[in-house]
Amino acid sequence: MSAEIIDFSKKSGGIGNSHPQGAVLVVGGGIAGVQAALDLANTGFFVYLVENSPAIGGVMAQLDKTFPTNDCSMCILSPKLVECGRHLNIQLLTMAEVEALAGKAGNFTVTVRQRPRYVALEKCIACGVCAEKCPYQVDDEFNQGLNKRKAAYVKYPQAVPLKYAIDPERCIYFKPDKHGKIGRCRACEKFCPAGAVDFEQVGQEHKLDVGAVILAPGFKAYDPTHYESYGYGKFKNVITSLEFERILSASGPYEGHLVRPSDHQPPRKIAWLQCVGSRDTRPGTHGYCSGVCCMYAIKEAVIAQEHAGPDLETAIFFMDMRTYGKDFERYYNRAREEAGVRFIRSRIHSISLADPASQDLRLEWVAENGDKGNELFNLVVLSIGLEVGDNLRRLAQKLGVALDADGFVQTGSFAPVATSQPGIYVCGAMSGPKDIPYSVMEASAAAAASASLLSPARQTLVKEKIYPPETPVADQEPRIGVFVCHCGVNIAGVVDVPAVRDYAQTLPHVAYVADNLFSCSEDTQKSIVQAVQEHQLNRVVVAACTPRTHEPLFQETMRAAGLNPYLFEFANIRDQDSWVHQQEPERATEKAKDLVRMAVAKAALLEPLQPVHLEISQHALVIGGGLAGMNAALNLADQGLFTYLVEQKEELGGHARKVSHTWKGEAVGAYIDDLSQRVLNHDCIEVLTGAEISQVSGFVGNFETTVQCDGRERQLQHGVAILATGAHSLQPEEYLYGQNDRVSRWHDLEKRFAEQPQLLEEAESIAFIQCVGSREPRRPYCSKICCSASVAQAIALKQRQPELNVYILYRDLRTYGRREELYRRARELGVLFIRYHRENKPIVESTMINGREKLLITVKDHILDRDLKIPVDYLNLATAIIPRGLDTLAKFFKVPLNHDGFFLEAHMKLRPVDFATDGVFVCGLAHYPKPIEESIAQAQAAAARAASVLTKGYVEVEPIVSVVDEDLCIGCGLCEASCAFRAIRLIQVPGKGYRAENITASCKGCGVCAAACPQRAIDMIHFRDRQILAAIHAGAQAQAV
Amino acid sequence: MRLQYPTNIEIIKVPCTGKVDIIHLLLAFEEGADGVLVAGCLEGDCHYQAGNLRAKKRVQRVKEILDRVGLNAQRLEMYNLSAGMGTRFAEIAREMNARVLELGPSPIRLAKASKTMAKAA
Repeated sequence: MSAEIIDFSKKSGGIGNSHPQGAVLVVGGGIAGVQAALDLANTGFFVYLVENSPAIGGVMAQLDKTFPTNDCSMCILSPKLVECGRHLNIQLLTMAEVEALAGKAGNFTVTVRQRPRYVALEKCIACGVCAEKCPYQVDDEFNQGLNKRKAAYVKYPQAVPLKYAIDPERCIYFKPDKHGKIGRCRACEKFCPAGAVDFEQVGQEHKLDVGAVILAPGFKAYDPTHYESYGYGKFKNVITSLEFERILSASGPYEGHLVRPSDHQPPRKIAWLQCVGSRDTRPGTHGYCSGVCCMYAIKEAVIAQEHAGPDLETAIFFMDMRTYGKDFERYYNRAREEAGVRFIRSRIHSISLADPASQDLRLEWVAENGDKGNELFNLVVLSIGLEVGDNLRRLAQKLGVALDADGFVQTGSFAPVATSQPGIYVCGAMSGPKDIPYSVMEASAAAAASASLLSPARQTLVKEKIYPPETPVADQEPRIGVFVCHCGVNIAGVVDVPAVRDYAQTLPHVAYVADNLFSCSEDTQKSIVQAVQEHQLNRVVVAACTPRTHEPLFQETMRAAGLNPYLFEFANIRDQDSWVHQQEPERATEKAKDLVRMAVAKAALLEPLQPVHLEISQHALVIGGGLAGMNAALNLADQGLFTYLVEQKEELGGHARKVSHTWKGEAVGAYIDDLSQRVLNHDCIEVLTGAEISQVSGFVGNFETTVQCDGRERQLQHGVAILATGAHSLQPEEYLYGQNDRVSRWHDLEKRFAEQPQLLEEAESIAFIQCVGSREPRRPYCSKICCSASVAQAIALKQRQPELNVYILYRDLRTYGRREELYRRARELGVLFIRYHRENKPIVESTMINGREKLLITVKDHILDRDLKIPVDYLNLATAIIPRGLDTLAKFFKVPLNHDGFFLEAHMKLRPVDFATDGVFVCGLAHYPKPIEESIAQAQAAAARAASVLTKGYVEVEPIVSVVDEDLCIGCGLCEASCAFRAIRLIQVPGKGYRAENITASCKGCGVCAAACPQRAIDMIHFRDRQILAAIHAGAQAQAV
Repeated sequence: MRLQYPTNIEIIKVPCTGKVDIIHLLLAFEEGADGVLVAGCLEGDCHYQAGNLRAKKRVQRVKEILDRVGLNAQRLEMYNLSAGMGTRFAEIAREMNARVLELGPSPIRLAKASKTMAKAA
């Protein structure tokens, strides 16, 4: 870290001319790139998404589960990939790289080179015949080389786009024969049923005009062959954490069986070694902390325990356990106490092969107290860190983006997604190691930054699909078309497809039947449209793969044929039939018939539905005028969206006003002053200070909030709300706080020395105690920012007064990510770090030494195994960051709090700023303790997400909602009581008393109210009782005979 | 994953198990189903907050009815699992199938079958 302070915020503020391009280039199709692309495409910008490999998805697609919720990674990622792949305003450029960039912010021209895939995207039906027939096997890099794939391949089963590619490095066609000629084999070309293989394909060069560029190319996993003493690559059972993810994955090389590579036997004992390639000073390693490995190692151990049961022994060897994020500490505690994962504080020097026959491994170590350990393990997992690959360094060079010494993109704390080049933004691991939620936040923040730069060009380049007018069918007799899919051999290999087709012909209302090799292919879509028109079909049933991925496609086809998309029904005869009954073809065929009969029965009762459009207020409300709230408001306002900023106190700035410098050394006070001025003077922001919220009503698009301000009441109409009310620091009752004025907390000590410099000059020793009130049974979470704050303060003290003794009493030193640099520097400067245990906390007493008033700290040193007595002049406490008073706001906006009292977002991993309640967003400390740059990124992310609601101008509600029959309703209110979303309420109807009323905009379509209604007065559209009952009735017919 | 499970399980999609009405379950039995399983999200993980807990109560209620009419509550079960738990689903399907096989055909189905046969005769 240099003394040079980076502030790119000003540079990226404006654009050269007032006619920017309404398109953005996003580089990298991992979760960050995908999120940025979706946020931009959903707020009126066209996006080019450039991905180097044949499919988007990135590293997240390779992970098995995700911490701290243990969600299946693919399951939560896949819908985003599908949305991205299908988005009309996102153009995917796979197998492509950025070559050059010209122009300036607002008007760039980017040259993108796309390599040939040798498979025509529009023709490939992803049947897999090319891979099946391809004779050439190569290591499957998606599975980390643990198994083989073919030279004709799809990156992974859920890939987007789901299109095969031919690997020219490996394919026989491209290998010259002995006469130097190419063109042998061609098996894929010969067998491809779609004629999609095209060896004549050549690379393409695209010149793209865009207004901004977002870099999201991710990271490279550290290569542990640098650690010769670990024997990676030599010992078969020493593997990387990424390899272990693939082993755990059901779609991985061992189909989810937890076995080790050497003998494919289940391991009984597994060790994880932390900090491989990270927090190290040897050549080929990195000094920084990779930030994610502690959590993923715990997760892998927990999931391994789940797979294998209690007989499996797991052990994690670590230096500091860095579980600093939201719910991480709880996860750590559970792993230790419930899953039985062993945690051993020691850095392993070397791994030896215990026995060549068994390929078991021996680990020897010295524990903290000096005891030696020596154990056999069947499998050792290296927790490898994150680094910047050479290709990314080259990319940065081409774009003129400044990198730091480790190769990460340089960013400043106050503009966390801005690079040194105006108009080029960065998100995800390219600007430092980080986990998925933070990458997603940054992605939305980068989208927000681009949107505010390009807001004059919003909606200028986006496309809209035009469909033919809908045929009115409500009064017609049902005429159902049934299309049965072979899905290559996926269905037809088990189910007798022609028999199912012929059976469908016999069902009531069926007017047309057909079977198709691939119902999802372009030409079948056309033939469906044709059949609808020729045979006047008014309902369509497709019996095929799964509605999960393909229903939207067929609904589009319906619209293209002039039919309402809700007149479509899916019979799932692949995922729920042919795939799961492979050994029983006859019974599977019978079941396919049953499923088609059920779908036809329901289809006959389907009704055309119109999506509901509700006009909205395009104003935003931001609650909380601290760092996060001001940034959110400013970004919205810069995007041209009028924003109310409500602050309880008389002054803007919040707790950030107490912070002197960020951990990178930037001065906070000046920044906050400047930020407040920009907010106060902005035409699109109205600031209400000294304001208190007394009531909130309404829902997304139409909130009404009552604010008490200056002794009067204001009604604010707004479409979205961002909750940024911050948090507080704990006033502790231990360590003589409040009793001895030499004991202070957080920034009080700095302030004291700034006001009375002679006190520091006279001081001999100063101590910091960490985790005061955090990581306790009462408050089992880490406050995240305290280690960096105390270490940074200690460095400043040492720099001012090198002879001063500075002690930091800590439990685990959590200077995560790039902050590790602080820890290293503090040790270099001679700051003394002493670890204490929670069960054995330091004792602080007032004392006099040589006539001077002192504090005496007694702490047990676990290395020396004895009590240390440390006299100090001052003690500063890093106390817990605690939420306060969030429950009132939570009730107003119907949003939940987590067990620690912080706001609980919609999804910990992929929706880090959204609430489950539409139109309400969160950022800053009210979500969880976090440093300044993360608060700002989250604030900008919240603004991006809020803008996606506001810029649309209306809320589109899926019409699958409940409806009330007023004549049947008796106004009992059971529905109102049962609805978790307050989407149904009792209203007074003149002459009728109370009646239930559905609030369409809030209704999520779960149907709970319909099932709760004793009068059967509530029905759920598209899942009406009569439709469900028809399916049940049809399903039972097979058994009745 | 393509895990195998018995073919006599047919799936009816509902938005949430909270939508599963007592009448739906009863109709399935009335129509001759030998067993019915309700598959909802893990408790505490309901996509719609608490629909699965409501379903749990309704399933309990229908179980009581089944016992009272002599159909055996065992023919109905609610299971909780997530979309990522394919292995568990296959296991449940096999488990439920085995249970129903042991209980034998539903008396309603037998009655219906004999009625149909009588008609045919």
